[in-house]
Amino acid sequence: MKDLFRGELVRFTFEEPDVRAKAEARWQRDSEFVRLADSDPTQLSSEKKIKEWFDKQAESGPQPERYSFSVRTLADDRYIGFLGLWVDLIHSEAWVGLGIGEREFWSKGYGSDMMKLCLQYVFTELGLERLSLGLHEYNPRALRSYEKCGFRLEGRTRQDAMREGKRTDTLWMGILREEWLQMQNGDQK
Amino acid sequence: MKDIFTGKFVRLSAFDPEEMSKAFARWNLNSEYFRLLNSSARPMKSAKSNIKWMEEEVAEMSLASYYFSIRTLAEDKLIGELGLDVVDWAGRDAFVGLGIGETEYWSKGYGTDIMNVLLRYAFTEINLKRVTLTVFEYNPRAIRSYEKVGFRQEGRRRHALNREGQRWDELYMGILREEWMELDHQAPGAGDGG
Amino acid sequence: MFDIQTQLFEGQEICFGPIDHEKDPEVEARWTHDSEFMRLMETNPARPMSAAMLKKQYEKLEKQIEEDKNHYHFMIRLKADERLIGKAAVQRIEWANGNGFIRIGIGAAEDRRKGYGTQALRMLLRFAFAELNLFRVTAVAPEYNEGAIVLLQKFGFVQEVCRRKALERDGRRWDLYVFGLLNDEWRNQAKA
Repeated sequence: MKDLFRGELVRFTFEEPDVRAKAEARWQRDSEFVRLADSDPTQLSSEKKIKEWFDKQAESGPQPERYSFSVRTLADDRYIGFLGLWVDLIHSEAWVGLGIGEREFWSKGYGSDMMKLCLQYVFTELGLERLSLGLHEYNPRALRSYEKCGFRLEGRTRQDAMREGKRTDTLWMGILREEWLQMQNGDQK
Repeated sequence: MKDIFTGKFVRLSAFDPEEMSKAFARWNLNSEYFRLLNSSARPMKSAKSNIKWMEEEVAEMSLASYYFSIRTLAEDKLIGELGLDVVDWAGRDAFVGLGIGETEYWSKGYGTDIMNVLLRYAFTEINLKRVTLTVFEYNPRAIRSYEKVGFRQEGRRRHALNREGQRWDELYMGILREEWMELDHQAPGAGDGG
Repeated sequence: MFDIQTQLFEGQEICFGPIDHEKDPEVEARWTHDSEFMRLMETNPARPMSAAMLKKQYEKLEKQIEEDKNHYHFMIRLKADERLIGKAAVQRIEWANGNGFIRIGIGAAEDRRKGYGTQALRMLLRFAFAELNLFRVTAVAPEYNEGAIVLLQKFGFVQEVCRRKALERDGRRWDLYVFGLLNDEWRNQAKA
């Protein structure tokens, strides 16, 4: 059986709330990062508040609907980002959201590696039928990365976000289990 | 979309804590009923003590637990209860438990009808891959009813029960989604357009 | 045209109103026992509820609405006899982005195909666009809910996303459509 948590560039880990809070507090100060990742108005929370939020999550115990990973590089064990899954148990599909807080790791294949690891986890460990995600139209780097991983563009909700006085679309993508399996079989030829 | 609450004789209805706490207290006075459903003796519970756990379970609306009351189509009479508890989502398996508290409805096909409705719900609304149940060796009526619906005996906990000076097995039965789908179940009482 | 005389919450035959905690639970409890309705209205599994359970749900809902401040919920009643026939909502509102989701359901089968859904949607859109000042609204419908799809298209909603095989029901997977309508598009229609 494969090691599900080890990719080619990164590995999935679990970090303690105080470690996570420290990193997230720093990453959230990069407003470009936050505005690429989120659609809520960017705001700044104290490290204390962030830690309290993680503590609360840890207290409620593992839930089948929610998976949260921290991401470290294999090369030098740098804590560079996170990946979260929200599972719809009834319909066997999940939403994924990921972020690389450390800028120097952008555009170097780390995002794709994280997503590939996630796809493997979703389809071979969680046994789901579909993985979905949304992204801003002004995030072409992410779009390219996800297309490379096998996601298909399924549409765009028109002008549903507004930033810097400009209306932007949100893009929606999805990948089905059979599509992912086909990609895997293709690789093995 | 098909109607999945209605069977041939019964329909699934709300599990209202106020109503069911009283019904449970009443049905469990019948020791035969109690002994067919419960593996070991328990103190009798009043409606008041039942209502607390029922309210908590029902309020939670967990995706892993489903409770129904069972009512007859003919007279809208409350005759029993049904519960479905997901064991784990990876295996998509759930335990089902059902009890017909009004004993005059035993051995009339009601149990089979209820189970068919339940399986339709389990496989086409919760999208499970299998359903499991446990039944006591000394309950042949239920075993036959479940086999008729398509459950297969999968194992037993030998001598797990101790009653009337004898030891009895607890049987595990299961049915797979593919098996149930193949059995060509119609939805009686629903406008079945396929 | 600045028109505050035309009632926001009154249509031809229907009106929007708040929850009646005494009378509504029993009516909505009946709807929840109609699995065909519930499977059109909700993606979560259909579950029959009692009046008492709904009463508790209403309390939770009103509390959530007060806390989150991104949700407007209306009960739909017939003007003639004040009978509860359905519900409507604008929810998951993102104020900074000016968007929200809309939902409408007419609970009893005998109340459908009477034009009430059309009247309700007309009123709900006016509320969303002319009162909440949203830039756009979103609606979601599974591919098997032809009634909803036809109604949305009647009001000019554009199908923007096809979430392929996102839903499973009745032993097969279904597509989930996401529809959108912009304030401008709505305004131009209203003029026409």
